[in-house]
Amino acid sequence: MSARDDILAACRVSRPPGDHPLPELPRFPRPAEDVLSEFQRSLAVMGGQWLRLVEGDDLAAVIRARAPNGLIRSAVPELPAFPRVDAVTRPQDLENVDIAVVRARFGVAETGSVFLSDHELQVNTIAYLAQHLVVLLDPEAIVPGIADAYLRSDFSQARYVSLMTGPSATADIEGVLIRGAQGVRSLTVIFTP
Amino acid sequence: MSAKIHDPVDHAGAAAKFITDEAHLTFHDTRLWEMRQKRDGQMHGVPEWQELRDLASAIKEHTLSRLPEYLEQFEAQAIAHGVQVHWARDAAEHNAIVLRLLRENNAKTLVKSKSMLTEECEMAPFLERHGITLTETDLGERIQQLDNESPSHIVVPSVHKLRADVARVFAKTIGGDPNNTDATYLAEHCRVTTRPLMLDADAGMTGANFLVAETGAVVVCTNEGNADLSANLPKLHIVSAGIEKLIPRQADLGVFVRILSRSALGSPITQYTSHFRGPRDGAQMHIILVDNGRSKRLGQAEFWTSLKCIRCGACMNTCPVYRRSGGLSYGAVYSGPIGAIINPAYDPARYAALPFASTLNGSCTAVCPVKINIHEQLYAWRRIIAEGGLLPAQKALAMRVAGAVLASPTLYRLATAAARMAVRRLPRALLYNRLNGWGRDRELPTPPKESFAAWHARRKKAG
Ligand code: SF4
Repeated sequence: MSARDDILAACRVSRPPGDHPLPELPRFPRPAEDVLSEFQRSLAVMGGQWLRLVEGDDLAAVIRARAPNGLIRSAVPELPAFPRVDAVTRPQDLENVDIAVVRARFGVAETGSVFLSDHELQVNTIAYLAQHLVVLLDPEAIVPGIADAYLRSDFSQARYVSLMTGPSATADIEGVLIRGAQGVRSLTVIFTP
Repeated sequence: MSAKIHDPVDHAGAAAKFITDEAHLTFHDTRLWEMRQKRDGQMHGVPEWQELRDLASAIKEHTLSRLPEYLEQFEAQAIAHGVQVHWARDAAEHNAIVLRLLRENNAKTLVKSKSMLTEECEMAPFLERHGITLTETDLGERIQQLDNESPSHIVVPSVHKLRADVARVFAKTIGGDPNNTDATYLAEHCRVTTRPLMLDADAGMTGANFLVAETGAVVVCTNEGNADLSANLPKLHIVSAGIEKLIPRQADLGVFVRILSRSALGSPITQYTSHFRGPRDGAQMHIILVDNGRSKRLGQAEFWTSLKCIRCGACMNTCPVYRRSGGLSYGAVYSGPIGAIINPAYDPARYAALPFASTLNGSCTAVCPVKINIHEQLYAWRRIIAEGGLLPAQKALAMRVAGAVLASPTLYRLATAAARMAVRRLPRALLYNRLNGWGRDRELPTPPKESFAAWHARRKKAG
């Protein structure tokens, strides 16, 4: 017998007795706080930053100011001034990017996470190889909880999805928290419709 | 775990050594307790915490009771999305599949994120013997790899090391200033030396935290960004996953993702919760579904629920014995309370000492997010090991205590209560006293007169 059939047969023989019904998933009440301020608070806990554009702010200028001489690549249509993420031929070619700009499909208030799939990223590695990540997010596109996020069909429309929450981090050396492990050193959400 | 003949693990002896180094012991104990307290803080912030534990437990028990069906559903979904699915009965088959995939793709270098399963399969030394250069990309795993040591904790693999140890290991292996013990400097040094290896790697490997039967998604929860780079840079991505990682529905992630990192590190979520469902254009994705003893454990009435484990490490962080003996003293891939109930299933003689590495205070069971009755399984293993005559010699004395205590439900309850109290009330000076290695008094009350042998004889007669 193949390994597959052997393993399946062994699991059948070993099936634990008794009925073990699959529970319905209840909807738990969410805090009264509005989702935008909860999102901002949660994101800060995970080391992420956020900013709101004010009247007269130019998005491209705001981002350029963060790295006046750096290489900025964009995966969003509203920033044509920057070279595109998908202009590279190999995922490795994004290694020298200082700031990458992407747009999240939605955010999650409970954790401050943003939904980014291969559609939004264009090249998956951009969200990790760039030194800094700027994520555009429509403040109207924030779901309350992680459980709400997983009720959405967006996950099954992509080959790759990451719920990203703040920048890469590690605490593997004496528990000292360091932002910027192997991935981006900072993640900034800019609220813009 | 290999089939080689090994000496039984001398946990108490190894723990005694760990305990003699005060600086390491104090840090280890303090750091893990801090993780436990952060976990408590998160728990208090989620009013439905206990309901989530009930749900997680029920979902896992359901899945395990219908594992063949869910495995087949997952496989069909994965194949439909262009993933190649492989099955491995044991560690040797798993390692052979990995090597074959690497050879077929002419891959000589492999970057890999954290995966306890590949540790379990002893894959790294196997691949190196066959000419593959393997690089661990998780910082803690990398430190352990460079120091030629196993991970000592399933979530924080190098938690038993101080920063000076890391500086020394790096200086010896990947360069760097041996006298600069600044954690930021050390982490940065690892970043700049590991990134080029990831950029050049021929293949990447990740583990899996969850496999979703409904969608075929492989879910990987990490913080450092290394797993997503290891998977997304090379043209070949191999996933190693134990067959117990299945969950039925995408919506179930709404339960598990909420409890995993809160239990593990005391953070609301990991920095990256990544879902892999298919290969990128021009790339390959393979999943190896590994049994390696799991189907057998599924059939053990007293132990099958240990397969619910989501490897959060909370039971280790809360365990007074683990905190004060260090993961390496368990001499096994899985340490702490979960290791003490998993390892004997592979080799009861070799790991006979581990179920005794516990005060049976029940704290592990209390924190477990999937409600595994860990302390009851520890107790059941003690019984099996004693009845099987597998008790290691150095455990005779301990067993006289444990045996007598376990023989009496009242005494057992008292011991549990006493241990709970001891952990809470003992002054620091006493807890950190060198003579108070857990092997000495293990926070149990004075043993009654009856010897283990007498108890055992009486118990046998009583049948
Ligand atoms: S046994 Fe429970 S607490 Fe321990 S690692 Fe597994 S899931 Fe976590």
